Amino acid sequence: MKLTGAEIVCESLIEEGVDVLFGLPGGAILPFYGALPKYSQLRHILVRHEQAAAMAADGYARSSGKVGVCTATSGPGATNLVTGITAAQMDSVPIVAITGQVSRPAIGKDAFQETDVTGITLPVTKHNYLVMNTDEIASAIKEAFHIARTGRPGPVLVDIPRDVLTDTSNYSYPVNIDLPGYKPKIEASQNEINEAVQLINNSDRPVIIAGHGALISHAHNEVIELAEKCQIPVITTLLGISTLPTDHFLNLGMPGMHGMAYASIAIEECDTLIALGMRFDDRVTGKLEAFAPNARVLHVDIDPSELGKNIKPHVGIQGDLKTVLNQIIPAVDSSTNVDWMNRIEQLRKEHPSLNIRETSELLPQYVLKELAKETNQEAIIVTGVGQHQMWAAQFCEFSYPNSWVTSGGLGTMGFEVPAALGAKVGQPEKPVWSIAGDGGFQMTFPELATAVENNIDVKFAILNNNNLGMVKQLQDLSYGSEYTATQYAGNPDFVKIAEAYGITGIRVTDKAEVSSAIQKAMNTPGPVIVEFIVRQEENVYPFIPSGQTVKDMIEEPHPEVKV
Amino acid sequence: MVSDRLHTIVALVEDKPGVLTRIAGLFRRRGFNIASLTVGRSEQPGLSRMTCVVDGSPDIVVQATRQLDKLIDVHGVCDITEEKIIARELALIKVQSTPETRSDIIQIAQMFRAHIVDVGTNSIVVEVTGSEDKIAALQDLLSPYTVIQMMRTGRVAMTRSNNKEI
Repeated sequence: MKLTGAEIVCESLIEEGVDVLFGLPGGAILPFYGALPKYSQLRHILVRHEQAAAMAADGYARSSGKVGVCTATSGPGATNLVTGITAAQMDSVPIVAITGQVSRPAIGKDAFQETDVTGITLPVTKHNYLVMNTDEIASAIKEAFHIARTGRPGPVLVDIPRDVLTDTSNYSYPVNIDLPGYKPKIEASQNEINEAVQLINNSDRPVIIAGHGALISHAHNEVIELAEKCQIPVITTLLGISTLPTDHFLNLGMPGMHGMAYASIAIEECDTLIALGMRFDDRVTGKLEAFAPNARVLHVDIDPSELGKNIKPHVGIQGDLKTVLNQIIPAVDSSTNVDWMNRIEQLRKEHPSLNIRETSELLPQYVLKELAKETNQEAIIVTGVGQHQMWAAQFCEFSYPNSWVTSGGLGTMGFEVPAALGAKVGQPEKPVWSIAGDGGFQMTFPELATAVENNIDVKFAILNNNNLGMVKQLQDLSYGSEYTATQYAGNPDFVKIAEAYGITGIRVTDKAEVSSAIQKAMNTPGPVIVEFIVRQEENVYPFIPSGQTVKDMIEEPHPEVKV
Repeated sequence: MVSDRLHTIVALVEDKPGVLTRIAGLFRRRGFNIASLTVGRSEQPGLSRMTCVVDGSPDIVVQATRQLDKLIDVHGVCDITEEKIIARELALIKVQSTPETRSDIIQIAQMFRAHIVDVGTNSIVVEVTGSEDKIAALQDLLSPYTVIQMMRTGRVAMTRSNNKEI
């Protein structure tokens, strides 16, 4: 079968099970857009800025577990993808980005809209391709999807010159993949399992810390099984949230910089740290030398370069977490750890990190607590980055895996709007809430047009404190409250913005209106903006300053704290 | 010259455009210090063998090899520092010469089993193969005559055993 390169791209995407792509066309990729109408299986969602295409593909991948796809043209189209691609790389999210490139004779000549996109994305992709022949498109796309979704997932970019898209070639989709340099190790050796089991069996005060790998590997049930069998409290990193239900009795929540005090103290006191699919990020560990000072560490990760990168494990196992846990679980002894569990309960009582002050002011924590109540653990929560993200991580509640979508590693403000659209497209039956600050929302809200145009039913909660709150907080705590460039004096009227896009906008200034506003949003079909005017001075606690230890933790400084 | 922080790493990599950029970019981004990097065709078509001398503690070198191994275009990586290895480097040294000094320079070169590959009216080019120490020693002895230019290939290395490490 002789097809154009553009048709081969479409055929290949369909072979990979793609049903939706997020993109924005331009000259170099136009041959692909010309072929697209012939393939009705491929739904194209037109965004307003390419960064949203990458972030929507990311949100789609996280909520659905499938590979997200985004498309952009050469030059600025492709460079606009870079932030979204980098976020996916940092958080191990499988996306494939397809970019148009100038025609082959123009490459290297500084042609109009020419950029060395494979060069630019080299350090922020798992792999990338510049496809220089039409007959290499299909194998490049097959490899791209394979690399993106297997091992430690990540973004793969495929850059295709315009004339490679218009040339023709015989097409048949390759059956096999030949990548001798890429063979992720899945199983642990018997020796490794024995060492891991011995470490767990010999523990008196064990803690599990589960990261994004637990969700990526679909190992949530195994994590719970191990935790229940051996009575091990489970801490989840920011990206590990939703691995086990919030109300599971062994769930201690998030540790680290803004984590639960009792979770951070449990790590401090534990004698065995079972690190599952996580990478000891500095937001988790603080000062490395003081992290889990008494613990023997078992670290399981599919990426061998994570073993010993930040924390040197006593037992380090490279492998797929679900597979490895299924090897470990039958071999470990059941345990009760009564004293340790009592100690954990004591820590929860002595360091209640989820109390909300009794006040007439509208606190952001209260809004999120109410949101958790009203959405009844059924919604997918998508956040941006900053104070609202930390409060959401603390106060939102989850009952099923992958119902929490956030930009962790890169910390990309503005992620919440396009990623929520992607998450909804990936899980159309689930309610999706995008939680934003006023800062992040203004980075990407033109994508409201994308939501309206495609009737993507996302509810947008804006916690408006007219500040870049997290930066302001750092200025409060580390720069003597010298507020430089963090106050937003010229914020727009977000309700009018909703109106401008033809959707419902609700402003909430009073505590009493919070739950009714959330209910109204949920009962209104289609996108809705709910703007909460929250207390500006509010800071996120607990707080362990960067590079410091649990002993330096600042807990909520208000003595009148009440549940 | 060769400190105990220097590790010899060999890698088998795809012989295609951009691979060296990926490897160099990785080393730069992760802050690994490279003393030398040498790439050339291997005995297998389409594959190059690379010798890389990395300066760092054992932990850093382990991290460097694992990061390198993650690159899709890298088929295998091995730290052969602790193995019995043959390590060689080639250098071309252009030395200033006069009719009076010419024979002295040739004599020094012969002591190092180096070859004279070019003789001009005012200069001699010496080709020497060996360890970094040997090349450094030759350079020292030639420096009184004024070294005009020196080119070194960086280390290439392989193990002595019957097996190939990668």
